[in-house]
Amino acid sequence: MVTKRTTLDETRRALESGATTVEGVTSGFLETIEKGKRLNAFLSVFQRKAIERARDVDRKLAAGKAGRLAGMVIAVKDVICMKGERTTCGSKILENFVSLYDATAVARLQAEDAVIIGKTNMDEFAMGSSTENSAYGPVLNPVDESRVPGGSSGGSCVSVAAGMAHAALGTDTGGSIRQPASFCGIVGLKPTYGRVSRYGLVALASSFDQIGPFAGTVADAAAVLQVIAGHDELDSTSARVPVPDYNAALTKEIRGMHIGLPQEALGTGLDPEVRQAVEQTLDRLRGAGAVVEEITLPHSEYTISTYYILMTAEASSNLARFDGARYGERAPGVRDLAEMYTNSRTAGFGAETKRRIMLGTYVLSAGYYDAYYRKAQKVRRLIQDDFFRAFTKVDCILLPTSPTTAFRFGEKADDPLQMYLSDVYTVSANLAGVPAISVPCGVDGKGLPIGVQFVGKQFDEPTILKVADALGSL
Amino acid sequence: MNTKSSYEPVIGLEVHAQLQTRSKAFCGCSTEFGGEPNTNVCPVCLGMPGTLPVLNINLVEFIARMGLASGCSIAPKSVFARKNYFYPDLPKGYQISQYEEPICGPGGVEIDLDEDRRKTIGITRIHMEEDAGKSIHDIDVDTLVDLNRCGVPLIEIVSEPDIRSPHEAYLYLSRIRQILTYLGICDGNMEEGSLRCDANVSVRPMGSTTLGTKTEVKNMNSFRNVERALEFEINRQIALIEDGGTVIQQTLLWDANQNVAVAMRSKEEAHDYRYFPDPDLVPVLVDEESIARIRKALPELPAPRRDRFVKELGLPRYDADVLTAEKEIADYFEASLNALPADARKRKENAKAVSNWVMTDVLRVVAEKKTPIAEFPVPPPHLAAMLGLIHDGTISGKIAKDVFEEMLATREHPKVVVERKGLVQISDVAAIEKIVESVIASNTPQVEKYVGGNEKVFAFFVGETMRMTKGKANPGIVNDVLRKKLSARKR
Repeated sequence: MVTKRTTLDETRRALESGATTVEGVTSGFLETIEKGKRLNAFLSVFQRKAIERARDVDRKLAAGKAGRLAGMVIAVKDVICMKGERTTCGSKILENFVSLYDATAVARLQAEDAVIIGKTNMDEFAMGSSTENSAYGPVLNPVDESRVPGGSSGGSCVSVAAGMAHAALGTDTGGSIRQPASFCGIVGLKPTYGRVSRYGLVALASSFDQIGPFAGTVADAAAVLQVIAGHDELDSTSARVPVPDYNAALTKEIRGMHIGLPQEALGTGLDPEVRQAVEQTLDRLRGAGAVVEEITLPHSEYTISTYYILMTAEASSNLARFDGARYGERAPGVRDLAEMYTNSRTAGFGAETKRRIMLGTYVLSAGYYDAYYRKAQKVRRLIQDDFFRAFTKVDCILLPTSPTTAFRFGEKADDPLQMYLSDVYTVSANLAGVPAISVPCGVDGKGLPIGVQFVGKQFDEPTILKVADALGSL
Repeated sequence: MNTKSSYEPVIGLEVHAQLQTRSKAFCGCSTEFGGEPNTNVCPVCLGMPGTLPVLNINLVEFIARMGLASGCSIAPKSVFARKNYFYPDLPKGYQISQYEEPICGPGGVEIDLDEDRRKTIGITRIHMEEDAGKSIHDIDVDTLVDLNRCGVPLIEIVSEPDIRSPHEAYLYLSRIRQILTYLGICDGNMEEGSLRCDANVSVRPMGSTTLGTKTEVKNMNSFRNVERALEFEINRQIALIEDGGTVIQQTLLWDANQNVAVAMRSKEEAHDYRYFPDPDLVPVLVDEESIARIRKALPELPAPRRDRFVKELGLPRYDADVLTAEKEIADYFEASLNALPADARKRKENAKAVSNWVMTDVLRVVAEKKTPIAEFPVPPPHLAAMLGLIHDGTISGKIAKDVFEEMLATREHPKVVVERKGLVQISDVAAIEKIVESVIASNTPQVEKYVGGNEKVFAFFVGETMRMTKGKANPGIVNDVLRKKLSARKR
């Protein structure tokens, strides 16, 4: 199911000409959501509230008092809190959990008059690369419904890819925005760690998680980032770094830009068709005047193991609060405290979540901490240093987003290691805390989208937005 | 042979002190004690999904004060860590604490073994953490949880195993409490739980330099219980060893009703806390200027203040100890002394006079009425004014006791009390002579006894004269006049 996508710019022009209203735009998206129900992209749809919001925005537009995102309709991953709405995180344990407050990113979008249309399906607690781990069923890839949309932000990605919203918020801990964007042929941006407040994002791995946008175009992704970026008093790890004008960076002028190609990037495990698409992309960039330089990220081979040690460690602690004591689902008929914990968590968590909690608990345990957690922290520093060293030579780095195009349901679901390896190109940006954007760069023989990502220096989103935007028109 | 004296106890204390910040450690909720259950809470301290902690910066200032006051180094960079365990009153499933990189490094505090001997108890570290909530068991319904206390800032002060007796532990704990309250960062109330103490205890043969196996004793919620629990545990370990047994490493809970320490089930204490740096919080950075500023703003600490009272004011050591036990008392004493006229406050006998009044009358009332000294009905200038009235002969020391009682009841200035109640001392010799004469005239049998050589009757005449004047007669003059008049009868 591929529906024509609408950009914010198109909507704005239609609103200005009087051809439509925000209410009309919102109704249109709601209809598409209804038509595409089988894709299972949404866990909540705000039928009535979204229309009410849209009418508000129409009134504001008429009064000339509308915010920067007036006319934009956005879907939000169900791991980001909205006051008074369910936040399931794709988990049974939070099936009926209603958040008491708005996440900062949501509050900022609403303050600029974006209409939030619903909350999207996802891998449970953002753990997965295919959205097969949702307690509420998998999300289908609109390009080929027998295939996964990628994950963990599958629902958000599909909401945009299938024309159900202008843009969507996803979260990216190890590639959960970029990999689905590449599988569905849209734009997905993971900002610098600390660029967007994490307040109200139910944490998977706190030192990796970032909220970022999915959109049909780089310009729309930039418009969303513009609003959600910036320091937040409620998140100590959000940076006090000024937010530049991202739209101003979209000049399409990349002449003289130095783009690094890691020599490790096109190695084994990479699908030949993906490799070919990446090489063609490099040619197009050279053609536009960019300088492609070979660089090295010597610790690349350790990224997956480092990531899976640190992420699971943090996750095991972050998920401790889901214990059936205060909110969420509590197992019935328990005799004592230990049974309440065991039964509630056994029934409430899915297999992948349990696997990661166990792995994380193990790597933090007495006697294993030094060998796993502490060592992985050291390697993380080496990986960061690899990037910082590379950025003394180049303006950004090009990498495939995923070693393959979208795979079939069940293809990797029984083999966690194969599933983890599909993150091989994305996790390094999370380990290093640097921004990365995935943009479509072609299709394979089956017509499945291929994505390429640009990784930037810390807080240098403008450069990667610029090159990603330029690539779209080459 | 006395087996007990052939063993040496080795004790280290972990003291938890609740800091008196207005808001909690990582959110804006009030730290006020005693509210309705679960009212001082917000999404952050409830650990709701998606919330993040933000450090209350006052916490750093408070702990740095304690660190500097106990001779610790302040780390330029320290890190919060998560201590992971499951309990219903711990909403996040972990407690935010510090582990590998605490804010205060090694230091020590001095305790007074007696008037002459002092001993330094080393401090290993002091770190910041958040309190958990309160579980209320033993009720019909089920366990109830109150999360008002959850997130209230604590500091943990870990001592070196330098303590050698329950009494030393008591002295150390008292000194820690004294410093905390002097710094105004903790109210020091053990019964209400704002000061808590766990002990690590082992024993070894006297003269040995290796450590025995230690046990941990918890749940000692008063100073007296600390001494008693340690006494119990030391005796238990010695008896065990004497019987050929070995001490096993375990945690015991002190039961103050039964006077026994009971071992926890090993399952309950088999915790692996899986500490790791909390990724939600950035490292705490403290620069040299801040340390210098905090150090400069430290108040005079109890031991130096006591020494100054002895040296400069000439007070007996005992007085100085009592007066400096609590900062508010010492402040009250000094304010009263300083409210005396400039020439009077320099004289050592006046310092002692003020000390006597504070130690006996003021502290008695404070203890009886349990009023904080800050709200004491007789403020220092009033006490000083009353001493002035004694000094200039307006009232006698005896009348002063009545004046003081009236000041307590009415909060009035002593001059107002004295005038209103007509308590001005009669020092007019002629007036006293008149009264004495009438006493002598109406008590002929006693006069004859006195004349007959019974000196004891003299007190009777003093009493009668005082009774006639409602105690207002100047006792010195009464004595003189009586002596003179009665002696005249002898001849």
